[in-house]
Amino acid sequence: MIEFDQVQKSYQVGGRAIPALHATSMTIQAGEVFGIVGHSGAGKSTLVRLINLLERPTDGRILIDGENITDYSAEQLRALRRKVGMIFQHFNLLSSKTVADNIAFPMKLAGNYSSKEISVRVAELLARVGLSDHASKYPSQLSGGQKQRVGIARALACRPAILLCDEATSALDPQTTQSVLQLLADINRELGLTIVLITHEMDVVRRVCDRVAVMDAGRVVEMGAVSDVFLHPQHPTTRDFVFESENIDRNEMQEDLDQASGRILRLTFRGDATYKPLLGQVARDSGVDFSILSGRIDHIKDTPYGQLTLSLVGGDLGVAMSALEAADVHVEVLR
Amino acid sequence: MEDLLINVDWVEIGWASWDTLVMVGLSLLFSVLIGLPLGVLLFLTGKRQLLEQPAVYSVLSFLVNVLRSVPFIILLIVMIPVTVMIIGTSLGVAGAIPPLVAGGAPFFARLVETSLREVDRGIIEATQAMGANIRQIIFGALLPEALPGIIAAVTVTAITLVSYAAMSGVVGGGGLGDLAIRFGYQRFQTDVMVITVALLVIFVQLLQMAGDRLVLYFSRR
Repeated sequence: MIEFDQVQKSYQVGGRAIPALHATSMTIQAGEVFGIVGHSGAGKSTLVRLINLLERPTDGRILIDGENITDYSAEQLRALRRKVGMIFQHFNLLSSKTVADNIAFPMKLAGNYSSKEISVRVAELLARVGLSDHASKYPSQLSGGQKQRVGIARALACRPAILLCDEATSALDPQTTQSVLQLLADINRELGLTIVLITHEMDVVRRVCDRVAVMDAGRVVEMGAVSDVFLHPQHPTTRDFVFESENIDRNEMQEDLDQASGRILRLTFRGDATYKPLLGQVARDSGVDFSILSGRIDHIKDTPYGQLTLSLVGGDLGVAMSALEAADVHVEVLR
Repeated sequence: MEDLLINVDWVEIGWASWDTLVMVGLSLLFSVLIGLPLGVLLFLTGKRQLLEQPAVYSVLSFLVNVLRSVPFIILLIVMIPVTVMIIGTSLGVAGAIPPLVAGGAPFFARLVETSLREVDRGIIEATQAMGANIRQIIFGALLPEALPGIIAAVTVTAITLVSYAAMSGVVGGGGLGDLAIRFGYQRFQTDVMVITVALLVIFVQLLQMAGDRLVLYFSRR
């Protein structure tokens, strides 16, 4: 469990303190995939680097499993860092070492593994990330996705309890992003590893995260379960991210709504409700006609969801509304 | 052919070449031994680096700049008392080594500093994040990543030392430069001058070729 207790960070620039992170308190549970989403400069890079103290907080405490790491000695801090793996946007592999040597590097630095243990572990990790055939290649001979897989194997070498991902998929194409995210999700499930993932893409959060914090200008402006934040965004910044990820043009959407007649509703289904033949039933029972203005059926991590914007005309609107509300559906009246 | 090179004593040329090799080899060795740690220290204590120490950096940087701004021919003369103190004489091959190192080490240190700065900061950060201490960061990540650059720096320093070693002939050092000055210049023996210059050119070419090959061999980017 990672706890932030009134953590602040500011940088001295030309004698003035520029805040990068305003006083922030939050808790990341053990074993969850926690996303931090924000535009560049929002402070998410600083936030993630506070967890392994690559950045030191200006004020406040950071606790990992109840221990205040900001009090750690240099030696304790190095021991902590071995238990906190990290992967990076630009992979940061050593160009002078082979794939196998890159993965072995953190174990060699730790100094308490025999060369036999190291070679067994490296082979195991190479197989885990699907790169067994590339052990003696150099990073420059690999594709971006392969490099990130080496990065992940390297981060896992010392069996960490926490994995920090700094824009881990931002330099990858969509297909490679998908496979790297799948790998992260598998690792989280199989090893029970806590993953803290920062990104500027809401889509990454939607696919792998359990909970998410949205950052804007050095503050966490919204935090909660991904399905809540994603389906019912409260803060303007969060809404921007959600619309962006769904490729919704707000002006176009408004035009569509202006042309439609009748009552306009947005229905949000989650879980099993997504697959129930609800709309047909309601239409029959209430005599209401509906047309779909926009809609999307997808998954948030493993949970299916649907979100439909409808216009309802004729029939008994009251009956329709109460039937919808009685069902396992979230109803929002847009007009 | 015999008439053309009438003044050339090949045995003398042979010894002079050997002396140049020894002077360059030994002064290169000491320049690297002193310049490498100095360059690493310059890099680490520099702005926004791991051991940022503005005071230490300014002092080191100033010393390096002083040695580098004195023209080598002046440095040779200024160094004479120091050389006598260390070696016992300022003449011959041995007497040429201290001023050569005084000229070569700071030059090499700057080149090392520059090639360390070329190492991606992300790699240093990643190594730190793995729990490496400063010694492990230097020997495990910084130096291996900068190796091609450092080899190129050794090559450039060696070539500079060839030209410095030739200059040391002026104050009684040995080697090809000494031969060129005593015979080629002072006795107007143009043939000796041509041969020594040709040998120096070949020597520099060989150094550059060997250096380039090594850089290529160690480059994995």
